[in-house]
Amino acid sequence: MAVCIAVIAKENYPLYIRSVPTENELKFHYTVHTSLDVVDEKISAMGKALVDQRELYLGLLYPTEDYKVYGYVTNSKVKFVMVVDSSNTALRDNEIRSMFRKLHNSYTDIMCNPFYNPGDCIHSRAFDNMVTSMMMQVC
Amino acid sequence: RKPGSGGGSRPGAAAAPALLLPLSEAEQQCYAELFARCRPGPAPEAAAGGSGVAELFRASQLPADALHQITELCGAKRVGYFGPAQFYVALKLIAAAQSGLPVRLESIKSELPLPRFVALKNDSEMRYGTPAEILGAKHQIPHTALDKNSFKRADEGDKQETKSPPVSPVGSPPASPSSYQRVPLSYGYSKSRSGHEQKHGASYESRHSAHQQDGSAAGNYGAKSAHGQLSRSLSAEKEPQNSSSNYSDDPWRITEEQRDYYLNQFKTLQPDLNSFISGTVAKNFFTKSKLPIPELSHIWELSDVDCDGALTLAEFCAAFHLIVARKNGYPLPDKLPETLLPDYLQTASLKPIRDCALFDSYSESLPVSQQTRDFNRTEVRNVPKICALNISTTVKTIPKEFQHLAIKTVKDFVFLYYFLFPFRSYSSTSIEDAMKKGEEPPTPPPRPQKSHSRASSLDLNKIFQQNTQAARSGWLPPPPALPPRPLVSQTEQVSEIELHPQMNRVPPQTEESSPTKKEILLTQPPSKPIRRKFRPENQMLENQELSPTISAASSLSAVKSHHPVQKQSSKQKRAIQTAIRKNKEANAVLARLNSELQQQLKEVHKERIALETQLEQLRPVTVL
Repeated sequence: MAVCIAVIAKENYPLYIRSVPTENELKFHYTVHTSLDVVDEKISAMGKALVDQRELYLGLLYPTEDYKVYGYVTNSKVKFVMVVDSSNTALRDNEIRSMFRKLHNSYTDIMCNPFYNPGDCIHSRAFDNMVTSMMMQVC
Repeated sequence: RKPGSGGGSRPGAAAAPALLLPLSEAEQQCYAELFARCRPGPAPEAAAGGSGVAELFRASQLPADALHQITELCGAKRVGYFGPAQFYVALKLIAAAQSGLPVRLESIKSELPLPRFVALKNDSEMRYGTPAEILGAKHQIPHTALDKNSFKRADEGDKQETKSPPVSPVGSPPASPSSYQRVPLSYGYSKSRSGHEQKHGASYESRHSAHQQDGSAAGNYGAKSAHGQLSRSLSAEKEPQNSSSNYSDDPWRITEEQRDYYLNQFKTLQPDLNSFISGTVAKNFFTKSKLPIPELSHIWELSDVDCDGALTLAEFCAAFHLIVARKNGYPLPDKLPETLLPDYLQTASLKPIRDCALFDSYSESLPVSQQTRDFNRTEVRNVPKICALNISTTVKTIPKEFQHLAIKTVKDFVFLYYFLFPFRSYSSTSIEDAMKKGEEPPTPPPRPQKSHSRASSLDLNKIFQQNTQAARSGWLPPPPALPPRPLVSQTEQVSEIELHPQMNRVPPQTEESSPTKKEILLTQPPSKPIRRKFRPENQMLENQELSPTISAASSLSAVKSHHPVQKQSSKQKRAIQTAIRKNKEANAVLARLNSELQQQLKEVHKERIALETQLEQLRPVTVL
């Protein structure tokens, strides 16, 4: 289960960021921010090759002692960053992929909403619910 | 709940032939009450009196040998008396037998509906209604006022398990000597209500489906007994139960007129009813409602079920309905209510216009219209098809005007305020009652009118005034009294007019004014039911007229007096003439209002100028 989930716009500002342990949010915000560099690096590395073959799922961006950071980029350069607790070793790559897929689907649903202007912060309740379901259950 | 008897049942049940009887809460309560009924003394653990039990068993209308079997099985014969355990087992066996299961201990292990008992000799009029029947009958929501009131009370209280007699819906029925008799009924009501409150009472939900089948049977059963209004209404109101939610109070249920209104709105945006409205078009349209964008965004999320960025007719209706609800002050739900799901809406005759005899007898259409308008009135549901047909045909006659107007009015979403009265106003006024007096037997007391914006209240009064036959509950003075909200008030007046196109008919050309045109859109849909009562010619005239007229009581009554059930052209002429008169009066009133508003405007301007000069004076001071 994720500890922090963030949606970053193309211009690298956050559209949506939420973390579960609310007491240390700033740390997660910083982590996500620093991970953007890694994302950009991966995109540019692959971008020189055929862009359309680029994978959306970026995989593990970098691990720290407490947690791991995974990344995912959409075709419109919107990035999803997920911070996962390292102690949760049971999480496999497939699960992370499926979580990102769900995120992506919810994001496209938001985009379908004509009242949502791309570039706005995401306030959708449906999206929130979906993210909550993916977050770790903290007692 | 009687904990004693409830607790007693457990060990008692174990004492019965090695049978652990799981009783649901509903069953427990019912059985406890029945047991209390039968037992002679106050002690909860005392055995039930043999005669009382025998009577009860007879009341279950099972054959004698089945009863013997039950008595044997439950262990009463063995122990020689009907203790709580035996009694409960016996009741459960009765329930099983009534459901057609063989009288065996195994059959009572599963979930069963509650046993049904015919009225005992003690209660003259009372039916020993069990929750099963009441629950089933809930689908046929009682017709009468009293029942409705009690239902409403029970509903609003949202009672769950034990209910106190004050809330008893049985208050009305004549003979309920013992409070005990009241209790199971109220309990039943509350249970049914809670069961219908969709997600309450988990124990109830499990039996819900069982009861649904029992419901129709129970309804018949109920018809047999002489229980006052309850059974009468129950048996009278057999309608296809297509949902379990409460019809009368459910704000998420779309009434027929609203549906037609939404239909027309949809048509203005997208002529093909089977196709979609694109996101941008819908966005522009809904933005006019002046709801904040986040709320609109949420509404979209709720209503666009397939998340394709476009709205089908059903989705559009749901979205529109949510907007109207929000405008009326209802908080937005987090999840789409099931009555607004596209599947539900589509099955619920959300089809385009159907052909039918539009102008049936006045008497027929009038009650129908009344019913459709009354939110509380569940008899609406009795004749949904007739309503739909009538309304749809009405719609049909007006489409062109509607669309024509709608195109202009699409710019102005103020009409949404007027939608208040589909939600509230209909139910509220005494005018409505007065109207109904002419057509129907006892009417329910009016709902407390929710105080909304003046627009709604104004509409409400005017609309119902115009609808009232004779009784007029205080015709609202024209809007000059209103504080500055010129556009709204003006539109209100206009909308009322629309509302009663029937009343004021005719003088369309003279009274046309652009602001009023807007309102047509608003008021036409709600007035559809009213329209139905009138002749086709009237309707044509109504369609043409766009004028804001405020009908005066006298002319209205004059019109109404013509009305009753005849269908002659002379009546139409009189109607036209009265409509002309009314329109002229309305015109005068509006002109007065206009002048007063202009004066207000001037005053406000003066104030503004004064304030600005003050500001100018103050400014150099602060700078220094």
